[in-house]
Amino acid sequence: MNLVQVLFYIMSFIAVVSAVIVASTKNLVRSVFMFFITLFALAGLYVLALADFVAITQIVIYVGGILVLILFAFMLSGRETLNVLHQQKKSFISANRVAALLLAGLFFIVLVNMILKVDANNLLWIKKALATSSVVLPTSDMTGNIGVNLMTQYLLPFEAISILLMMALIGAAHLSRKEQAQ
Amino acid sequence: MISMTDFLIVSAALFCIGLYMVVSKNNAIQILIGIELMLNAAVLNLVAFGKFDRFTNGGQMFALFAIVLAAATTAVALAIILNVYRRYKTIDPNKVDKLRD
Repeated sequence: MNLVQVLFYIMSFIAVVSAVIVASTKNLVRSVFMFFITLFALAGLYVLALADFVAITQIVIYVGGILVLILFAFMLSGRETLNVLHQQKKSFISANRVAALLLAGLFFIVLVNMILKVDANNLLWIKKALATSSVVLPTSDMTGNIGVNLMTQYLLPFEAISILLMMALIGAAHLSRKEQAQ
Repeated sequence: MISMTDFLIVSAALFCIGLYMVVSKNNAIQILIGIELMLNAAVLNLVAFGKFDRFTNGGQMFALFAIVLAAATTAVALAIILNVYRRYKTIDPNKVDKLRD
């Protein structure tokens, strides 16, 4: 067991445990801030999968953009609703939660069963990639390669997603403005 | 070298935690966080398999696209949540049950 594997297990442990805390805590602010830790640990996992550019993008977009947006929505939607929600949660805790736990647990068992059966290390295309040495090495320069591919092979999805981002921006601004007197 | 099965199991665990949050929470912001967790689990799979594609970078590229799509989704969903709060004074999705104005 080398250092990379040890780091992988530490990172995945942090990610899964903080996600469990996010799902189980009663305090909403605490769950949002634990979500930060989950995202950072996931960025570490991306680095260990040799995708450094995706990891940096994850930190910039998720932590810098999405979580700040969530915090803003959270603060704008008022404190008294949060208190009301707290009291309701205490009153009927069981029926809703047991069903959800059952669903998630059974789905997890199904997924793990399937993963163990599929044996992802010995898939056909992975063996072919290993044979033709098209595996990312820790020394290879991936960011430049991603830039070149983005402007050549993936140009159409890139343009489509830029138009979609602009539409989402305009739509969000339109939805969240104050209603005029009709 | 980390085995693929480990990545897949971590991603399955994160996906199921996200599923649990989506089903059981009665606060729209927490449901949104659950959806983000599920999306991140999918992105982890894409990145893990993208290691075997050095020349065209299919996995990493679509992981980037998925992250950008998640950002767009979150912006629109938070705008909708704020609108719902302004109209109903609650963000519990179970209580927002009126279709008319």
